[in-house]
Amino acid sequence: MMEYNEERCVIELQVNGLARQVMVRPADILLDVLRQELGLTGAKPGCKNGDCGACTVIMDGWPVKSCLVLAVEAVGHQIMTVEGLGASGGKTSSKSSSAGTSAGSSSGNADSGTGNGSGNGNGADSGYIDPVQAAFVQANAFQCGYCTSGFLMVCHALANQKPDAEEYEIESWLESNLCRCTSYQEVRQAVDIMLGRS
Amino acid sequence: MGGTIGLNVKRKEAWAKVTGQAKYTDDFPTVGHYTARLLTSPYAHARIISIDKTDALSIKGVKAVITGEDYPNFCGPLLLDRPAIANQIARYAGEPVAMAIAVDEATAALAAAAVKVEYEVLPAVFTPQEAMKPAAPLVHENIGKYGHAAEDINPRPNSNISSYFPVRKGNMTEGWSNSQVTIEQEFFLPPSDHLAMEVRAARAEISKDGMVTITTSSQAPFEVRKQIAECFQVPAGNIRVLVPFVGGGFGGKAPVMQELLAYIASREVAGKPVRLVMDRKEDLTAAPSRAGLSARIKLGATKEGLLQAAELTFWLDNGAYTDIGPYMVKAIAADCTGPYRVDNLHCDAYGVYTNHTYATSCRSFSHESLTFCIERAMDLLAEKLAMDPLKLRMVNAITAGHYTPTQVLGTFSNLGNLPACISRLQEMTDWQEGPPVQITADTVRAKGMACFWKAATPPTNAPSGALITFNPDGSLNLNTGVVEMGSASQSHLAQMLADKLGISDDQVHVVLEVDTRLNPVHYKTVASITSYIAGRAVMRAAEDILAQLRKMGAEALSCFPEDIEIKQSRVYARQNPDIYIEFKDIVMGYKDVFGNSIGEPVVGRGTSMFKGLSNLNPKTGKGQSGPAWTVGAQAVEVEMDLRDYTYRIIHAYSVMDVGNLINPEGMSGSVRGGMSMGISMASRENFSYAKNGRGEMTTPSLRSYKALHIGEEPIYELDFVETPQLDAPYGMRSMSEHGIIGMPAALANALSKACGVAFNQLPLKPEDLWRTATGTGAVAEPMMAPDAAVAGAAAGDAAGADASAAAFAAGAGFAEGGIQ
Repeated sequence: MMEYNEERCVIELQVNGLARQVMVRPADILLDVLRQELGLTGAKPGCKNGDCGACTVIMDGWPVKSCLVLAVEAVGHQIMTVEGLGASGGKTSSKSSSAGTSAGSSSGNADSGTGNGSGNGNGADSGYIDPVQAAFVQANAFQCGYCTSGFLMVCHALANQKPDAEEYEIESWLESNLCRCTSYQEVRQAVDIMLGRS
Repeated sequence: MGGTIGLNVKRKEAWAKVTGQAKYTDDFPTVGHYTARLLTSPYAHARIISIDKTDALSIKGVKAVITGEDYPNFCGPLLLDRPAIANQIARYAGEPVAMAIAVDEATAALAAAAVKVEYEVLPAVFTPQEAMKPAAPLVHENIGKYGHAAEDINPRPNSNISSYFPVRKGNMTEGWSNSQVTIEQEFFLPPSDHLAMEVRAARAEISKDGMVTITTSSQAPFEVRKQIAECFQVPAGNIRVLVPFVGGGFGGKAPVMQELLAYIASREVAGKPVRLVMDRKEDLTAAPSRAGLSARIKLGATKEGLLQAAELTFWLDNGAYTDIGPYMVKAIAADCTGPYRVDNLHCDAYGVYTNHTYATSCRSFSHESLTFCIERAMDLLAEKLAMDPLKLRMVNAITAGHYTPTQVLGTFSNLGNLPACISRLQEMTDWQEGPPVQITADTVRAKGMACFWKAATPPTNAPSGALITFNPDGSLNLNTGVVEMGSASQSHLAQMLADKLGISDDQVHVVLEVDTRLNPVHYKTVASITSYIAGRAVMRAAEDILAQLRKMGAEALSCFPEDIEIKQSRVYARQNPDIYIEFKDIVMGYKDVFGNSIGEPVVGRGTSMFKGLSNLNPKTGKGQSGPAWTVGAQAVEVEMDLRDYTYRIIHAYSVMDVGNLINPEGMSGSVRGGMSMGISMASRENFSYAKNGRGEMTTPSLRSYKALHIGEEPIYELDFVETPQLDAPYGMRSMSEHGIIGMPAALANALSKACGVAFNQLPLKPEDLWRTATGTGAVAEPMMAPDAAVAGAAAGDAAGADASAAAFAAGAGFAEGGIQ
C-alpha cells in the first residue's frame, strides 16, 4: 500500500555544480543530507554544534558550517564540498608558482591509489591538482585527516575572497576549525604555500 | 639497503585525505541500516529502580529498546568489570542505561528520550582522596568476584582500589640520612579528554549462521574480536572486525565500547545491520576519557643536588571502570622517578575507582601526568637548593650503567641519551639562570623545562605480524594489523620495508584498512610500539622475501644464492650486475627463455612477539615492563601579564632521542602535534562536574570544553638526538605519542617562575592561577591535607604502602573533622 509521507519533502540542491533532488525532513541539516542522501562524506560531523568546523562547506563562495544550515535553507544557493574542489567552479586561486598545475608537481609521493573507496562527487579534471590540496600535502598539514576537508574549504574560500589576507585575518578565518593532530604550524605553512608566500 | 631512510616521504594516504576519498567508519552508505541511540545516566551514581520502555516502543519505526538486564555480560581488557549497558547500577553520569534501535536516527533519538528510568541516587566519589577514605561509598560492591583477563593486577575487595603496584629499591633510611635537602609536595591533575575529531562510531551485522561483522573506529580491532568473543561467547572465528581510517584516537579508541553496543543492537534486531554514532556529548561523557592523577612526591638530595631518596605515591583516577587503568598504574610504577637515577626508592601506585567517566590511556599512558608531578617536584627541589633546574636535571639524568626503578640495567640502547637532549635544549633555548625577564611594567617572560622518559607497557607477549604480496608490476602490498589513525606508522613501516628490499618507496603499497579476517594479528595500535613490534614483523617478512628471491634468482641465473644481490627492484649476481631479472619478472615466479618455470610466486611472512618482558615483582616491582625508553627534554617560554594572570606561550621546544630520524618531517609533525595537545591540555582542558548531588559533567561540549585553536599556538622548535635502539628496526625508538609528555610540566614550571608562585595542579587557566596566587575563592579541586602527607611519608617499608594509603584517605577526611 502506498503511504503518503507528510514529514518529508523533495528539494533541489545545487551541489558541486549539479542540480540534485533529495527528499528531506524540514529538520534535516545540510551536513546529514550531503552525507547520507548524496554520499558526499567529505564533510565530517565532529560536534554538530558549530564548534569544530569539520563539516565546513562552501555556500556561494563563503565557508559555512553545514551542521548549522538546514538542508531547506540551502535551496537556491551554490554548495561546494571537498569532492568538488578543483572541478569547474571549484578551483582555488593561487599566486603559488607550483600550484594549479599537473599532478605530482609539488606533491612528493602522490599515491592516491591506496585511498579506500572512490570519490563520489564531481571530481576534479584528471591531472589538475588544486593549489590548496597540493599545499596541504606539501606542508603535512593533516594527520588523521578527519578535520582536513573543513580546513580545505576555509582555505579555499580565503584564497578566493582574501588573497591578500594579513596574518591576523588568516588566523581569524581559520580559528573556526579545530585540529587535534597537528600543531597548526603545518596548517599555517600550507596557507602560506597556497597564497604563494613561501 | 635502498636508501629510503631519512627521506621526507609523504604519508601513503595523503591524497585520499585531501580529496574526501578517505573513508571513516560512518562514511559508508547507510541504506538498509537501522540506527541506535543511547539514553545515558544523568547521575554519577544511582541505582536503577525501574525502566519503562512502553512509550519508546510505541513510536512508529522503533525496532527495539535494550537495557542492561538484557545483556548483563561483563567486559574489559584486564578486569571484567563493565557491562555494555549499566545493569542495576549506573556508576557515572553519561553511562549508557538504555539503547533504542529504530529505522532512522531521528526516530532512535526520539525513542531513547522516551525511555523512562526511575533512579535512586547513591552517594558518589569524585576524587581518589574521597574514594580512598575507609568509609567511602564503594563504586563496585563485588570487585573481588570479577573475572580477570590479566593476572598481574590487584583489585582490592571491599575498597575502591582497582589496582596496586609497589616499587621498592635500596634503603630509605640511608637515603634520607644522606639527604641534606628535601622537598615534599602534592599534585593534582583532573580528568580530561582525548577529543579525537572523529566521534566514536560502529556498525554491526550478524548473518543467519552467526557470522558477526563489525566496522568500527577503533585502535584495537583484534581486541574487539577478543572481547566480543569472550563476553558474549561467540567463536572468535565467527567475528570479523573492519577498521577503515580512524579520525584520531590518542588511546581513546583502544577500549572496546561502541562495538559492544552495536553488536548487541544487531543481535536484538535479528542481526540486521545497525549503526551507532556517538554524538559529541556522548563521546565526552559516556566514552572513556583521560585519567586524572593525584600524587604525593617527596625527594631528598645532597646539597650538590644529587638525588638520594624518593618516596612517591600515585593515585590514578580511573573513573567508574578499570579498562586499561591497571596497566597505566603499572607504567607509572615502572617509570615513577622520571628519567633520574634514584637508588633509594619507595613508590606506591594505585588505581582508584571514582564516579567519573571511566578512563583510559591518553597519548602516553599517563606519562604526561606522572611527568607533571615529578618535574614540578624537580623545580621545587632546584629552588630549595638554589640550583639551576637544568643543571639539577643534568646531574641526575639516568644513563647507561644506572638501574631503573624496576631494576633494569640501563644501556645507551634501552635508555638513549638524556644528557645529550638536555645539552641541546640548553643551546636551543639559550637557557639562563636568574629571575624572569621584565618586558613591560606588568609583563614578564620566563622559561620552564621538563625531562621525560617513557617505555611502553604492553602485555609481555603482545604479538604483531606482516604479510607481503606482490603485484605483476613488481610492486608489493604490505599487510599488517596496524590501524591508520594519523600517526603515519604504516607509512614509516613502508619506508623501512622499501629500504630493506632495496626498492623505492612508491613500490610499496600499504593496505591501510584492517580486516581481522585478512590481516595478521597486531596487539593494538597503541603505545607507539608499531615501529618496534610491527617493524620487527615487517623486517622478518622482508627477510623471507629476500631468501625466496635469492633462491629463485640463483636458479634462474645459475649462481650461488649467497651471490645474489637485490637492489632497485632487480635481482642479479654480484659478479655480473649487467645480467639481472626485474622484480616484475620474478615475483610472480620465474619463467626462463625455454618456458621452464622456476620457483613460485613470492609471499613474505613475518611475525613477532615481545621478548624479555616480565611481570613486576608484587613486593619490589622488580621486572621489565617495556622494551626500551624514549627520553627527551622540553621547554616552553611564556609571557605573562602579572595583573590578570593571562599569558601567551611564545615558544615551545623539544629535543627527543628518537634513535633514527627515518622521516624527519613526518616525525617532527608527530612531535609537534603531541606538544600542541600537551599545551592545550595543560593550559585549558579539564572535565568539571556539578556539585549538586547529581554529579553530571558540566563541560560536555566543545563550547564548554575548549581545545587549542589556531592563533593560540607557540612557535615550535625541535631537534633530535639519534642514539639507536639496537633491537628496534633501523634503531628507531617509539616516538608517536611522546611530544605531549613534558609539556604540562614545562608550562607549569614556566608560569611558576614567571609568577613566583608554585602551580601544582592542572589546568593552568588564568583564573586558576589567580585563585592559587591570591588565595581568592576556592581552587577548582581540593588538594590533599598536608598532615596526611607527613603521616604517609613517615612509613618506610612495604607495610607502609597501606599505612600511607590510609593516611592519605584519613587526611582527606581530616578537613571534614574526622580521622578513623
